[in-house]
Amino acid sequence: MEQLGTLADPSQFTGPIGLGESDAQSALASLRMMWLIRGVEERIGDAVIRGEVKCPCHLAIGQEAIAVGVSIYLRPTDKIFGTHRSHPHYLAVGGSVYGLFAEVLGKQTGCSKGMGGSMHLTAPEVGFVGSVPIVGGTIPIAVGAALAAKKDGVGGVAVAYFGDGAVEEGAFHESLNFASQFALPMLFVCENNLYSSHLHIKERQPSDSVARFATAHRINSRLVDGNDVEAVSAATRELVQACREGQGPGFLEAVTYRWRGHVGPREDLDVGVRRPEDHQLWKMRDPIARLENGLIESGWAQVSDFEKIRLEVSLELDAAWDRAMNDPLPEADTYLAYSFETH
Amino acid sequence: MRQIRYSEGILEAHHFLLKNYPEVFVIGQGLWSPWYVGATMKDLDVVYGRDRVMDTPVSEDGTTAIATGASLCGYRALVVHPRMDFMLLAVNSMVNQAAKWSLMLGGQAHPALTVRGIINRGGEQGAQHSQALHSWFAHIPGLRVVMPSTAADARDLLIGAVLSNDPVLYIDDRWCYDRTSVVSEPTAINLARQRPQRLSEGEDITLVGCGWTTGLLLDSLSLLEQQGVRAEVIDLRVLNPIDPTSIAESVAKTGRLLVVDGSWANCGMASEIVALASERLPLGAWKAKPQRITLPNVSAPSSRVCEEHYYPTTSKVVRAVAQLMDPELLEPTLLSGREVNFDTTSVISN
Repeated sequence: MEQLGTLADPSQFTGPIGLGESDAQSALASLRMMWLIRGVEERIGDAVIRGEVKCPCHLAIGQEAIAVGVSIYLRPTDKIFGTHRSHPHYLAVGGSVYGLFAEVLGKQTGCSKGMGGSMHLTAPEVGFVGSVPIVGGTIPIAVGAALAAKKDGVGGVAVAYFGDGAVEEGAFHESLNFASQFALPMLFVCENNLYSSHLHIKERQPSDSVARFATAHRINSRLVDGNDVEAVSAATRELVQACREGQGPGFLEAVTYRWRGHVGPREDLDVGVRRPEDHQLWKMRDPIARLENGLIESGWAQVSDFEKIRLEVSLELDAAWDRAMNDPLPEADTYLAYSFETH
Repeated sequence: MRQIRYSEGILEAHHFLLKNYPEVFVIGQGLWSPWYVGATMKDLDVVYGRDRVMDTPVSEDGTTAIATGASLCGYRALVVHPRMDFMLLAVNSMVNQAAKWSLMLGGQAHPALTVRGIINRGGEQGAQHSQALHSWFAHIPGLRVVMPSTAADARDLLIGAVLSNDPVLYIDDRWCYDRTSVVSEPTAINLARQRPQRLSEGEDITLVGCGWTTGLLLDSLSLLEQQGVRAEVIDLRVLNPIDPTSIAESVAKTGRLLVVDGSWANCGMASEIVALASERLPLGAWKAKPQRITLPNVSAPSSRVCEEHYYPTTSKVVRAVAQLMDPELLEPTLLSGREVNFDTTSVISN
């Protein structure tokens, strides 16, 4: 039985990441996007505490490297699907920060017109078709988008993000079987953060590595440290290229850890869900700090560069937040028109 | 003008759609096999290719969600469930996903998907090979539900369903496959404009059915005429969103309403029709209390004698109409025996 081994050990993989195949410009772009995602989520978490954001928000702080690494090789014409925890998936392909802030605030200017909140995001202009919270729900929908891409025949790819809990759903297995059997251009991305809402994977599955299911369905898979943006992007490049060339689906398992609780800004340390010492160790494996250290080690940047990026991002996010806060709520009956396209 | 059978209507709709709309494809289990879908899809895979008429693995939920995904990306997928009972494995994909994407994303995503669920019952097939679940699905906002009873509608409502940008559940019934209609050439149909239809005119009583039970009502008309009863038959056709106008207008004229439905009574389609009519008519408009004929609130039995007892028949319709026309005439019979299984109250008290 395949196991994660040291990949699941938080005391490992804490040093600077290797940037061998990257360059200064793209590594700094990744860093900027990771700071942006973290900044967005920290602001949303704080707004939940202040009572300004009411909808359930599932934060992915600590997991930023996966969405950023995967998105480098995606195009606006690809079709990307997310989950309940999809702020990074939406932002990493260029979904509007302002549209996300307005959405979690329930404003009519939100990316989903205030009808969805944090768990229902869309940015079709950049390829992010949608995210919805039923666990595993978007995996077969993304496979349908991959079927459409194959029919289109112009090298498009569909991507489904999901967590380690979703692989316990039947639809996941139906999806892998179908995508493999029909050789669809489909990238499955499992963010294995070791937890469902509250149970460790060892309490739910006989192995802690989910890539074993790809093997069972004859799908090419890669298992990587999900807190290493370079490792994620290198594996994605290989799998996406195979999709575009008509070689069938790929499966990426990226091992990570979420710093906050299942839902909301809390860390869930006091409810018996996980051990505080693990949590502290995983913070040492911070994907952002490791990328910064990698940049310094390679001589491509110094601390003052990072401070500049962080300030820029912070100003951008503050402006987007203020704008969204000042936007109007929808008219109370607008929702009535959204069930059907035609009436 | 020419005459076609219901099953031929479905086949003709497929030809019309696959020939004229390159974005249409059909996907489901058994589509290359007459064993599953009868004559309704004969040779489509040969004519249009197996890329556009896809037979699939045994994955109802996955296939329905896959069709939903393709329908969010420029295609019009028609996913076929040769038995509605097995379609229940796909309820998450239909109810949580397809029906909700438009609302959840602020009206910006429209899965132009049609799910075809075939009612296939009788013949001692038992409880998991018998269900008619249109009432369930008609409860769901965001999912259009259509149920043809005539050969013309079997064709035209399928065309309208597939050309609709909203998710649609199209329910055909194998018990209708040999019914015939006279039709002209097929044409594009706007499903949003379809309404319940009056299939016969009369001033004594309004009879409402959907799918197979509409056929049962039409088959009862000559028997009713022999008893001097002129009945107005209204075929629901579109169960969600439902337009009650023609039903209310008819009952306003006749003062009597009998709804015959091939599903269960509790929270069922027949209840909805009675409620819609009741809300719209003044108390004084009623000459008799509205009545429902439905299945007993029990799953389908297998043995043929039990099956006969289970399903509505023309004679049950005729008896119920007679009671509505003259409540005192048949009241004692109604209360007396097993044969009045159409009366839900008596079934429960048994």
